[in-house]
Amino acid sequence: MNTSITASSQQHIFRKLLKHRSATIGASIILFFMLVAIFAPLIATHDPRQANIVERLQGGSASHYLGTDKVGRDIFSRIVYGTRISLKVGLIAMTFSVGFGTLFGAVAGYYGGRIDNLIMRIMDMMLAMPSILLAMVIVTILGQSLTNAIIAVSIVYIPQYARILRAAVLKVRELDYVTAAKVIGASNSRILLTTVLPNCLAPLIVQATLGIGAAILDAAGLSFLGLGAEIGEPEWGAMLNENRDLIRRAPLAVTAPGVAIFLIVLGFNLLGDALRDALDPQID
Amino acid sequence: MLSYLLQRFLSIGLSLLAVSLLVFLMVHLIPGDAAVAILGERATEKALAELRAEMGLDKPLYHQYAKFLWDAAHLDFGRSFKTKQPVVDEIKRYFPATAELTLAAMAFSIIFGIAAGIIAAISRGTFLDYFSMSVSLAGISMPIFWLGLMLILLFSYFLPILPSSGRLDVILDLDVQTRTGFYLIDTLLTGNYAAFKSAIVHLILPAITLGTIPLAIIARMTRSSLLEVLNQPYITTAYAKGLPRWKVISKHAMKNSMVPVLTVIGLEFGYLLGGAILTEHIFSWPGLGSWLRAAVEARDVRAVQGGVLFVATVFMLVNLIVDMLYAYFDPRIRVGDEAK
Repeated sequence: MNTSITASSQQHIFRKLLKHRSATIGASIILFFMLVAIFAPLIATHDPRQANIVERLQGGSASHYLGTDKVGRDIFSRIVYGTRISLKVGLIAMTFSVGFGTLFGAVAGYYGGRIDNLIMRIMDMMLAMPSILLAMVIVTILGQSLTNAIIAVSIVYIPQYARILRAAVLKVRELDYVTAAKVIGASNSRILLTTVLPNCLAPLIVQATLGIGAAILDAAGLSFLGLGAEIGEPEWGAMLNENRDLIRRAPLAVTAPGVAIFLIVLGFNLLGDALRDALDPQID
Repeated sequence: MLSYLLQRFLSIGLSLLAVSLLVFLMVHLIPGDAAVAILGERATEKALAELRAEMGLDKPLYHQYAKFLWDAAHLDFGRSFKTKQPVVDEIKRYFPATAELTLAAMAFSIIFGIAAGIIAAISRGTFLDYFSMSVSLAGISMPIFWLGLMLILLFSYFLPILPSSGRLDVILDLDVQTRTGFYLIDTLLTGNYAAFKSAIVHLILPAITLGTIPLAIIARMTRSSLLEVLNQPYITTAYAKGLPRWKVISKHAMKNSMVPVLTVIGLEFGYLLGGAILTEHIFSWPGLGSWLRAAVEARDVRAVQGGVLFVATVFMLVNLIVDMLYAYFDPRIRVGDEAK
């Protein structure tokens, strides 16, 4: 597979994406949540952190669309503000793990030999245990907070990106244009940055899109375990955890945050799958 | 085959060594004093001094690591500062509950996942195919902790037929004698059929919760793998010989399509060990996951160290077993190795 993306093929890929049904559905879902996050203060009907014990555990009504939780906070407003947290978590964690994964994978693949061996063995070690377990180890070290949950999730996903990029670099570095760049006398770091990396982007873009969804899911999982977002924050996983013992009295309080997590993750999964098809020249 | 096995054992040993290093360094990576990190803020100066001497915290790091490894090899992870019990005893107490849950979830996902995959593959392009594949796509994006809560809402609340927490009814809990720790086995061994029934009923929702995502992934893999095999010439030959369809699928297609499915099953086992932590939290399941979660929350370092090392070991052993199963299902792996 040729992994390069040139200007003319960009248009072609974009057209393929437009025709792909899961791409449109996925992108629409993501766009929807982005708009909600941006306009959260306009959409929310209440302060998401404001408790109001008099109105606790209400069902859905005109003043509280999705009812209230056990301390009387408006669930609809909390879900709306939770969108900001989830998108922030997904994007920061993905950027961080893609950044480090790219660095490690590119260096390992391009230089090979001992550096390659050392980096990839460390990556293997990180893959040698279930991801949530590694995240829990990191939370134990750093302490509990949403920021630390993001750091934990970011670290957990580095090996995936490193592996993908290493494989892509191994393929690209043997190509003629890289040899040509060497012959001209370009330095290793210059070749890596300007010649090799831009041609390894396709698989990385696919994995990064899927990775945002996975990061959101994992961070919500940590918060659900009480190891992520601080109590009271309008984070979807934490909301599920806070209200789970009230499932019988306020079913909406546990249904709604879950639906939100499910939809946003589905959006990124659909778009990621569609990107994979669109960036694959064999599928036309 | 033998050299392959040796190679695998060697690589497991190295991985375990690496995980043990990470787990060992955990104590030193926590900001502040390592002894305080282990015993907690409120530990007395005497207790801290004793621990420092015991761990050799004044000695060089490699010396401390060697001691840690030696103790770990003898299953000595120290005492949990929260419960004051030896960590290894806690692991022994809580692991059977997790193993029972994980195995039940695995059985559920393999049986229904492969069945759904086969049905989808042989009825390709029909409503059944689209239906099972859409459900499995949804299953992959579903937060497992939310699925569990929804199942509780459906089957313990709206339709109150299944219990929502624990391993047994509280009344029965007292008369179960634990021998293996697996309640399904223990209750049968002691002839306590009421408790056996209760254990099964309590296992259903957690197992479905934990097994749903692997089920979805196994179904997708079975479908695509079986579709690929069904296009092979030897399948056409089998049909040409006049074999009935069920025989072609069960005898010729299934075995050959199982290798990629097995890979996925192996990978999912690791996922199950992780997912068990979330599932146990939902259903107040008294297993290793709940215990580990509480240990992380309390920053009970010794417990986390022992627990993580234990789970990582189980994870790698499971993957080894899966690798050995490949050799059974795909003779090319065996033969190719011997030919070298």
